[in-house]
Amino acid sequence: MPLSEAVNQGPQFFYLAPWIIIFPVIGLLINMFLGGRFKERVIGIIASSASGLAFVVAILLGISLLSHPEGVVLRLAEWISIGELQLDWTIRVDTLSTTMMLVVSGVGTLIHIYAIGYMHEDVRFKDDLGRYQRFFVFFNLFIAAMMILVSADNYLMLFVGWEGVGLCSFLLIGFWYDKDLLGRPGTENALAGSKAFIANRVGDFGFLMASFTMFWGFKTVSFGGVFSQVHHIAETQPGLILTITLFMLLGVAGKSAQLPLFVWLPDAMAGPTPVSALIHAATMVTAGVYLVARSAPLYSAVPEAQAVVALVGGITALFAATIAVGQYDLKKVLAYSTISQLGFMVAAVGMGAYVAGMFHLITHAFFKALLFLSAGSVILGIERGHHHLPHDDHHGDEVFDPGDMRHMGGLRKRMPTTFWVFLVGAVALSGIPPLAGFFSKDEILADAFHLNFPVYIMLAIAAFFTAFYMGRQVWLVFFGSPRHEAAEHAEESPPVITIPLIALAGLSILGGVLNLPSVHILTHWLEHTYETFHLHLHAGEFNLQVALISTGLALAAIFLAWLLYGRKPLIKDQPDPLQKILGPIFNGMNRKWYVDEIYEFLFIDRYIDLAKFLSIKVDWDFWHDWFHDKVIGAAYRQGAKFLAGPIDLGIIDGISKGLAKLFQTLAAQFRKLQTGYVRNYALAVFAGVVIILGYLILG
Amino acid sequence: MIPISYYIILSALLFTIGAVCVLIRRNAIIIFMGIELMLNAANLAFVAFANQHQVLSGQIFVFFVMTVAAAEVAIGLALIVTIFRSKQSIDVDQISSLKG
Repeated sequence: MPLSEAVNQGPQFFYLAPWIIIFPVIGLLINMFLGGRFKERVIGIIASSASGLAFVVAILLGISLLSHPEGVVLRLAEWISIGELQLDWTIRVDTLSTTMMLVVSGVGTLIHIYAIGYMHEDVRFKDDLGRYQRFFVFFNLFIAAMMILVSADNYLMLFVGWEGVGLCSFLLIGFWYDKDLLGRPGTENALAGSKAFIANRVGDFGFLMASFTMFWGFKTVSFGGVFSQVHHIAETQPGLILTITLFMLLGVAGKSAQLPLFVWLPDAMAGPTPVSALIHAATMVTAGVYLVARSAPLYSAVPEAQAVVALVGGITALFAATIAVGQYDLKKVLAYSTISQLGFMVAAVGMGAYVAGMFHLITHAFFKALLFLSAGSVILGIERGHHHLPHDDHHGDEVFDPGDMRHMGGLRKRMPTTFWVFLVGAVALSGIPPLAGFFSKDEILADAFHLNFPVYIMLAIAAFFTAFYMGRQVWLVFFGSPRHEAAEHAEESPPVITIPLIALAGLSILGGVLNLPSVHILTHWLEHTYETFHLHLHAGEFNLQVALISTGLALAAIFLAWLLYGRKPLIKDQPDPLQKILGPIFNGMNRKWYVDEIYEFLFIDRYIDLAKFLSIKVDWDFWHDWFHDKVIGAAYRQGAKFLAGPIDLGIIDGISKGLAKLFQTLAAQFRKLQTGYVRNYALAVFAGVVIILGYLILG
Repeated sequence: MIPISYYIILSALLFTIGAVCVLIRRNAIIIFMGIELMLNAANLAFVAFANQHQVLSGQIFVFFVMTVAAAEVAIGLALIVTIFRSKQSIDVDQISSLKG
């Protein structure tokens, strides 16, 4: 192939790369300063256009990469320059980062459009119209931060984006920080935001330690600089790379909600549904997967770290999938499903199947965003239905949770569009061919089958659970008869909500085209990036046996779900049929295997004990009572007594009293001169005159 | 022509008598007279030297001294009268309130 000609021929839009960050920033600035004067729709359109323009730039970058697949590194400005540390604000445009840009801005734009409709109703339901503007400012800020994350050319710049998305996640989870789900005063949302932030701090510690160790060992943190030295350092100091990768895994576990730091993600569902879809399903939580895929040369150098990453991913996938089975909350099921699917991706990138991981990341972004947004549409529909109910007194007292699947049922007829798109998402997630989820999940399973059989077993079981809980959800929500008056009166959502859903449904159906077996568009696309770092990708071979097993498992799981939930639909106040069969195991699933309680006992209670010990024993008893009162206080009192007694009373007062005494004595003597007799004074004057005259005359 | 030394000796004698009178007498009026005697002894010295040197300034000074003496007498006698009114005596040893 005449490469040199191709290089000169194709269109070049690489200079546009900074705009991928600038457009969202412009959007958020406009909305922040002028949004108060605009109508809601204008605010939404500005925010969506900002995200949409970033998507256009990402497409242009993708087109440029077709003819210049090696990508470019754009140096924008010098950032930090201290001694050996030379950091520039550099944007890296290659096939891997552009893939992420396309997913983030593409799915992000659809969710922005959806949010125009969703937040319109949400702010009315929660009765605070002013927050509409704030929501879109945060949303654009998130896109900007995510773009910094994926376009970074060094680990520290990536960390800036990493923290930026973490901040947006915190702000948006606690978006209704002073209200609960129903708009009543409450602090649960704010607490959920804090939980996410704190859990992520633990991960960020790992990320930072990895960066510091990296700088210590490699003398640089830029991707190019680090990856070019990997071979050399792997031979001389293999422990160093193992340390870096394992610390980095801690960061991945925090951001991508893996064991043991996954606990924040289910609580993060407190945020508005577009937030759950964009940040906590499609984009931010996949940052950890991207990080491992980006750091592939490091991980490939240490098989031990790869094994740990794959194991963490596999266990998380299975663990979270079992919890998802026992949840009643519509969004919680999807949250645990997200954790489980992130486990698939982490396991894939851990095994070295970077393409499979990225492929699943993309398709998951499509169908999980779709599922969350449909869930949001369902919740809105239920809220609309609830709104229409006659509000008697006993309704006011009753706590009605619009996200509880036990209150739903029969929504298929009330909300047909939402039902169909949700079904598409569910089938895609369950891994039924020919939808997107089948191809990406199957590629992971096929790679695992060859590379790491124990992880393959875990993932296959997790896939079975995945299909089961999605089947359970679809039958509980959309089939049977309504189990609550609100569900009876549920209404379909307006087109601004359903059109992005239909678009995402289309992507979820067709997403598999990206990397069809034996065509491997994505593999060849990403190969360009990995070849730069002398890493050779193997195209995941289609394995008919694996594909048949996983499809069989998925169909079996769906059939099982139909047996339990579809054949005899749940009626009002009937317990979950699974509870009868599994008993305590179901309770364990429902209570998330008591992980929150265990963490509460292991960490939070111990932390409170430590805090109490520090405050009562160390601070109060030792520091205050003993050290301050006894040591410092007593020493001070002794010192003061010494200064007051011998020094002040003795020396200082002695001097002044002695002086007084001296002058008193002298005065008593001089007083005697004042006889009061005029003649004495006259004699003194006379004598004085004689002496002065004598001196003048004789002297 | 009487030599100037005679005047000077007389002036010195008068001054000494006045000074001793001021220092040893108790009666305020006598002390006063002593002061006058000293002033006039000075006057005598002034005019004697003025005549000796044939300049007028010495004689003019005498007039000033006499004027001041007159003013002094006026104030001094007034003081003595006031002291007498309060103490019923003009013995200066009685006026010893400033004794330390």
